[in-house]
Amino acid sequence: MMETIRSLGIWGLNTFERLGRGHLFLLHLLTGIPALFFRFSLVIQQLYSVGVLSVFLILISGLFVGMVLGLQGYNTLVDFGAEESLGVLVALSLVRELGPVVSALLFAGRAGSALTAEIGLMKSTEQLSGMEMMAIDPIRRVIAPRFLAGLISMPLLAAIFSAVGVFGGFLVGHGLLGVDDGAFWSQMQVKTDWFDDVFNGVIKSMVFGFVVTWIALFEGYDAIPTSEGVGRATTRTVVHSAFAILGLDFVLTALMFGDE
Amino acid sequence: MPLVKIRDLHFYRGDRAIFDGVNIDIHQGKITAIMGPSGTGKTTLLRLIGGQLRPHRGTIEVDGQNVHKLSHTELYELRKRMGMLFQSGALLTDLTVFDNVAFPLREHTDLPESMIRDLVLIKLQTVGLRCARDLMPSELSGGMARRVALARAVTLDPMMIMYDEPFTGQDPISMGTLVNLIHRMNEAMELTSIVVSHDVAETAEIADYIYLLSEGKVIEEGSPVKLKRSSSQWVQQFMQGLPDGPVPFHYPGTGFSDDLLSPEVSA
Ligand SMILES: Nc1ncnc2c1ncn2[C@@H]1O[C@H](COP(=O)(O)OP(=O)(O)OP(=O)(O)O)[C@@H](O)[C@H]1O
Ligand SMILES: [Mg+2]
Repeated sequence: MMETIRSLGIWGLNTFERLGRGHLFLLHLLTGIPALFFRFSLVIQQLYSVGVLSVFLILISGLFVGMVLGLQGYNTLVDFGAEESLGVLVALSLVRELGPVVSALLFAGRAGSALTAEIGLMKSTEQLSGMEMMAIDPIRRVIAPRFLAGLISMPLLAAIFSAVGVFGGFLVGHGLLGVDDGAFWSQMQVKTDWFDDVFNGVIKSMVFGFVVTWIALFEGYDAIPTSEGVGRATTRTVVHSAFAILGLDFVLTALMFGDE
Repeated sequence: MPLVKIRDLHFYRGDRAIFDGVNIDIHQGKITAIMGPSGTGKTTLLRLIGGQLRPHRGTIEVDGQNVHKLSHTELYELRKRMGMLFQSGALLTDLTVFDNVAFPLREHTDLPESMIRDLVLIKLQTVGLRCARDLMPSELSGGMARRVALARAVTLDPMMIMYDEPFTGQDPISMGTLVNLIHRMNEAMELTSIVVSHDVAETAEIADYIYLLSEGKVIEEGSPVKLKRSSSQWVQQFMQGLPDGPVPFHYPGTGFSDDLLSPEVSA
């Protein structure tokens, strides 16, 4: 019994300590952001590996999610004779929820885990301490550009996801199930609000991008510098990111759409 | 006035004292060797001097500044004047040999690319790897990687350079060249060098002063000649590499026979 309480206490202390270190890490890396605007090439390299390399996955997933939405939505709407509203349903589901959330989950799996592994390996091969001894701050030189790249990529990827998803919904709705294409697009345009839907969706994906990239980079930087440690850190990135995305999604949704 | 002044240094890993009251002076323009059995904390000492680790007690001054009282910016300014050669090389794996050596110059100076090229090629020439400049670190052998790291450590022309095992993994020819190189750089550039090494003969050849560390203490210090004549059994065993004597080969713990006979079976 005492043992259980004690180990619970140790676990709690460790968790808080890590949280504290994670926040200090974030503060430190944010101080490196301003300098990046004078050396944007560092960010561009990372935009490629963090963002561009994730585009294919996002395209394919977005297309399929949109197509499934089209099928499922049609089946429900047709019972009420409201299949004309399919465009609205697909677009709102994607822009408000699925776009930001699913693309963030995919981003954590594709880019987040890669970031953790890369930073963790750089740590275990002493590349980060090597830089420190060359008087180059690795948090500003290596971590900050990756962070900014994650922050920029995430909303763009979510937008691509939603756009492709809407197209997938249209393919199924119009091409397969025969929904009128005029009604599909016009209802969607009338019922989708710029601020309420699109802008809120973008805010969500910016928050997710911030959190996922932060978790991924911190896990890599804080990893135990062995192959096992880096492996475990990579797993933690994906798991913690998923928790953070889904938990924050609830909070954000409640704040944005809770009072309608 | 020594360039590096270490006083009453205490440092622990868990309960184990790595340093237990160590005093060391490194004099300007001299080559000082730090020797001692594997695992005594030589690498740890270099990291303490570089400000990557914090002592639990005692002070380390470099060029009159207490390393562990400096602000982040001041520490980084100081590090620009210290070179360090890592035991593993610590090359950046996503850059070529050339870009690795150019890295500190590109980060810290605004020199034009043509001048960077010249400087890098000069440094690579001195370590005999000018024509390997387009290789990636994964295509180098351990000894080559360490020579690239050496070239990189001196690109900023530091006032002081710390070599962690520069000779391991070198064949006799490059070993001889390296020993010479360290010696020549010290004279030509008025560099202060700290050499951590197990290669007693090579190190004794170029060192002006030697510290022998073991079990958290400085066991003996002095010029190579003095150490070779030392009457201490410990020093004699270490300097001559004899297997038997007071220097323990084993990590401290219970006796071997006790361990074999103990009934505890963990699996
Ligand atoms: N990160 C660490 N955590 C805990 N203990 C460590 C850590 N790094 C080193 N040690 C311990 O500190 C001691 C000194 O290590 P250090 O790397 O300084 O030895 P060394 O003298 O450089 O040895 P070698 O000649 O083999 O390179 C070792 O006994 C090691 O067990
Ligand atoms: Mg060592």
